[in-house]
Amino acid sequence: MLFLLPSVIGFALFYLVPFVMGVSYSFMNSSVERQFVGLDNYNELFASDSFRKAASNTFIFTVVSVPLMLVISLGLALVLNQSVYFRKWLRTAYVLPLVVPVASIILMWQILLDWNGSLNVWLQYFGFERVDWMKTDAARYVVIAVYLWKNVGYNIILFLAGLQQIPQDYYETACMEGAGRFRQFSSITLVYLIPTMFFVVIMSIINSFKVFREAYLIAGDYPHDSIYMLQHYMNNMFMSLDIQKLTAAATLMAGCIMFIVIGLFIMERYFRQSVE
Amino acid sequence: MQRVHVMQKSALTIGMIVIAVILLFPIVITFTNSLMTEREIEINYGMIGFLGETTSANVNRMVNIKLIPDQVSLEQYGQLLIYTPKYLAMFWNSVFLVVPIIAGQTVIAALAAYAFSKLKFRGRDIWFLIYVLTMLMPFQVTLVPNYIMADQLGILNSSKAILLPAIFSAFGVFMLRQFMLHIPYAYIEAAKIDGAGHMRIFLTIIMPLMKPGIAGLVVLLFVDYWNMVEQPLIFLEDPFKQPLSVFLSKVNDGERGIAFAASMLYMAPMVLLFLYAESHFIRGIQLSGIKG
Repeated sequence: MLFLLPSVIGFALFYLVPFVMGVSYSFMNSSVERQFVGLDNYNELFASDSFRKAASNTFIFTVVSVPLMLVISLGLALVLNQSVYFRKWLRTAYVLPLVVPVASIILMWQILLDWNGSLNVWLQYFGFERVDWMKTDAARYVVIAVYLWKNVGYNIILFLAGLQQIPQDYYETACMEGAGRFRQFSSITLVYLIPTMFFVVIMSIINSFKVFREAYLIAGDYPHDSIYMLQHYMNNMFMSLDIQKLTAAATLMAGCIMFIVIGLFIMERYFRQSVE
Repeated sequence: MQRVHVMQKSALTIGMIVIAVILLFPIVITFTNSLMTEREIEINYGMIGFLGETTSANVNRMVNIKLIPDQVSLEQYGQLLIYTPKYLAMFWNSVFLVVPIIAGQTVIAALAAYAFSKLKFRGRDIWFLIYVLTMLMPFQVTLVPNYIMADQLGILNSSKAILLPAIFSAFGVFMLRQFMLHIPYAYIEAAKIDGAGHMRIFLTIIMPLMKPGIAGLVVLLFVDYWNMVEQPLIFLEDPFKQPLSVFLSKVNDGERGIAFAASMLYMAPMVLLFLYAESHFIRGIQLSGIKG
């Protein structure tokens, strides 16, 4: 029990208690008066345009980029797992963006994405119109691209581990029984990758929240509408000391995350039972 | 048959190399451009943020991204290290934040992970689920209570306000626990029969086996906290206490000349650590991701 004690004390003090406090603030009229006001804060929150915008952006971003990430990283992992030359070097190259600090690459994004930036130079060279990447809806794709750039290597590593767990003789048996490549992929590879897949999905969701850093560093407190995330909203509420809206938004977000994760756990259990 | 195989392998390799080149492009450019003179930087990138109309007639006034500098020089590094002491000061700010966080979180998480994976007690799985759930929350979710907590503990505007929560973060517990599940329980049984206590088992059996897991965790924590932006912005009002990550993002026009060198300085410890510990790191990540 002594093993757990330091962790539990610190964890409770800095995470659990603050979290419970946060939830309770979301039902009070101010952190000074502490009067219970029911769902007033939530009603106000839903009435706020910027909250709705932030919530839907965060939702869209996660719903689009996490599956995209799964497909791309699984595809790359499958190729890397088969026969290519320089496999180890390629793997290193894919993981490297993960360890590069965001701040030190911001300048590069500016150079590429500015109105006068390189991407636009190339677009013009091929006769296309320039795009103001960070100040139009294109910003959304930029943030997705940055997210993929940074995290694809991590997921490739996880998928490679999952792929190597699958016994080779499953494929040999399937081959002898005349299963084609697609059949082998869908009924062996995918099925046995499911546990890995859940882990990858969870990590991808965590990392999709972290892309806020990039968005924040490239575009500041008030970026273009299409990349105004819940974290921007919460940060700005904090700066304007609107504690009620902030804690209500935080509680809602936490609730959604819990819902997704518990859903994933239940699904995993179900799948695993059906495999066994 | 053999020929076809080689050709397919080569084609896939080329495709994968193209993708790798795209991924590495920003990193390589940052490196080569850190060897440019300030003047060359100004000529090539002076147009960033200029909003006037550029036409094809003055297209050369747009950004001109360059792989190889006309003139290789260490001017930027000289400027950075000798004439601009604040960069180095902030670099050390970053170090003094990140090193204690990594050391503290690794020790505390290893202990807790042992309890979660190898000991049996009531409510174990519920507690673990709570850990996992909080781990998933973005920093902003507990921002206000954390701020109030820091205020009450009197650690606001000191690095402790960032250090203490980070040390007790659930992430390390989660990762190391996943890793420890791969260590067979029989090892512990055997040691118990020989009369070893839990502390002894932990130090002499578990820790040596945990090397890849810890290497993986250290690199991931380094990545995360070396990158920290939100926490210092909120908990540290004093600009001189800020880590380099916050500062680099605010590089303005006048300082662009040395920004690439500053970025390299910031990137180097991460990249070197990664290349040094790569095999452990990858094994650590992989074992934490698959079920034993």
